[in-house]
Amino acid sequence: MGKKSFITGNSAVAAAVKLARVGVIAVYPITPQTPIVEKLATFVSTGEINSEYIRVESEHSALSACLGACMAGVRPFTATSSQGLAYMSEILAYASGGRYPLVLANVNRSMCPPWSIWGEHQDSIQQRDTGCIQLYVETAQEALDTTIQAFKIAENPTVFTPVMVCLDGFHVSHTEELVEIPDQNDVDRFLPPFQTSALLDPDEPMTLAAGASGRQYMTWRFQQYQAIQTAEKVIQEVDKEFEDIFGRGYGGLVDAYKCEDADCIIVIMGSFAGVARDGADMLRLNGLKTGVLKIRAFRPFPNQVISDYLSSAKTVVVIDRDLSFGNEGAVCSEVRSALYGLDHSPAITNFIAGLGGADVTIQDIQKVVQEAIKITSGTERRIIFQFMDENK
Amino acid sequence: MKIKDVAKEEFITGSLSCAGCGSILAVRLALKALGKRTIAIIPAGCMSAVNCFLPQIPFRVPMFVSPFAATAAILQGISAGFKFRSIKDINVLGIAGDGATADIGMASFSQAIVSGMKFIYLCVDNEAYMNTSVQSSSTTPTGAATTTSPFPDTMRETSLSKKNLFSIAVAHKIPYAATASVSYPLDYYEKVLKAARTDGPSFIQVQTPCPPGWGFPTEKTIEIGRMAVKSGMWHLLEYKDGKVRFTHVPKKRTPLSEYLEAQTRFRRMRPGDIAHLQSMVDKQSILIGME
Repeated sequence: MGKKSFITGNSAVAAAVKLARVGVIAVYPITPQTPIVEKLATFVSTGEINSEYIRVESEHSALSACLGACMAGVRPFTATSSQGLAYMSEILAYASGGRYPLVLANVNRSMCPPWSIWGEHQDSIQQRDTGCIQLYVETAQEALDTTIQAFKIAENPTVFTPVMVCLDGFHVSHTEELVEIPDQNDVDRFLPPFQTSALLDPDEPMTLAAGASGRQYMTWRFQQYQAIQTAEKVIQEVDKEFEDIFGRGYGGLVDAYKCEDADCIIVIMGSFAGVARDGADMLRLNGLKTGVLKIRAFRPFPNQVISDYLSSAKTVVVIDRDLSFGNEGAVCSEVRSALYGLDHSPAITNFIAGLGGADVTIQDIQKVVQEAIKITSGTERRIIFQFMDENK
Repeated sequence: MKIKDVAKEEFITGSLSCAGCGSILAVRLALKALGKRTIAIIPAGCMSAVNCFLPQIPFRVPMFVSPFAATAAILQGISAGFKFRSIKDINVLGIAGDGATADIGMASFSQAIVSGMKFIYLCVDNEAYMNTSVQSSSTTPTGAATTTSPFPDTMRETSLSKKNLFSIAVAHKIPYAATASVSYPLDYYEKVLKAARTDGPSFIQVQTPCPPGWGFPTEKTIEIGRMAVKSGMWHLLEYKDGKVRFTHVPKKRTPLSEYLEAQTRFRRMRPGDIAHLQSMVDKQSILIGME
């Protein structure tokens, strides 16, 4: 049995890193991630962990140092947010291309300008195509549990792909919750020692990340594609195995709330899922059968699972805390794509909300669903921006 | 030591580097000095891009083609990993060009030295971005033509001196730093051995003449490197135990014009430019205590 503690999402991630027996922690500060690496520094000081704690001069170097640790055969960890994740971008693609099984926490924060330290998903969404697995969490407990799971997913030999654990800045990172911290023995049983195929070993000399052209390059990329597709199954299996040992599961790729009989389903990622569920319950009191589908895995994107849940709904509201400028919210586009080709596609409304840390309330949820059900055609594209009707 | 004392074993074979390449010679010698239990981190540049395209893999030691700016950060990560695993018998070697060190990799280079981790950072300095066909870097010397230095920009005050990586390393109080030249192989080889014995970070900047980039016949590489040292355009230095010393001083400096005229990269220099550069070298030779 683990022990319960009242801690923030950031502390929960640090606790997971400790339990995962990480060997090298590469550190560069940025709000709202910083408390994770501060907590880890405390663990090093008190001797609770024996990890090598290395300060670097940038996020680019932080993830590069993680690549180095991997190649030395040691489990690494780093954490970042926002501008820092953008600065890391080159290495995110390098890490996935080179098939490095590393885990990083991204505490989701808005991109500047306008300057804002508050939460939204734009930072990780704009790294969508770097080839990293992206898992979004809702609570501090889920942040802890998913971080432990992330190591097991990344280090699965059929996957060998970096995993980014995304937790909402402040709403998760800085909010204290009662969290069960698993027992070390249970985690040791769940998570095997670090393994990687990308080793620099003088007894088995290899050249890593060499150049490839044409057919070889395509083969390499195809294998990378297969690995992240395989991860869809591995994420589900790992979550199931975690649930068997620790008694907590998160639905694998998605978490569905009252979706079975729902006429309207709200699709959302991250911590605002709780507000969406409360909104759905209120709408149900008014006779509108509403459900919530929380997407946990954004990459790989669980097209089939999402299509199965949404196909019988009349209305879908996708809430994006991001925006693909020139089109719509990125999650909405992905959902639209997952539903393409159905005989009776639900009508989709995209709600762009919660950018720059803007609060999304139960009233917002109710209002946008009431608007959304007015549309009946499955082909009409509708985007509603939070607050923007107030100016009319 | 004598040339016969240089290790016989080869750790790089079948390289596709250009005929007369100074850099590949520097890498060959360094790997001989360090031996089998060495791992090499090599960012984008001639040593990786020319040499490491599948299926042509010339390295006989483990090697990783690193992102351009990340050499030193990766060295730091590997050293930390080896420390965590209590591995002490592997040389952690970075081999980066002048652009990868003095320009894009400067920040991580600086921080990795500050970290105090044990690694050897070898900068193979051919004085421009040669892999992409001769673009100026901050170690390109005054007056040298590159494809990104429109004349007479090369003679502007701001580009009057090659960025001094050695002094930068020394300013960090690095345990060991040296400059070297492939044209003085034993001096260089011994410096690599000293770097390997250093407890903490070490840095060697080795000048590696580049026939296509500098414009001289491929058989003249060693000769050109010697001319650089003899003319006072390049120095063989060492920093150890808090002191800088010359490991070799030319008996009598040769006129700079001989060095400049032996390479096409300096052909745009006007007589006044050459005289100006000569006077700078004269002043510097006194300033740094060579004469």
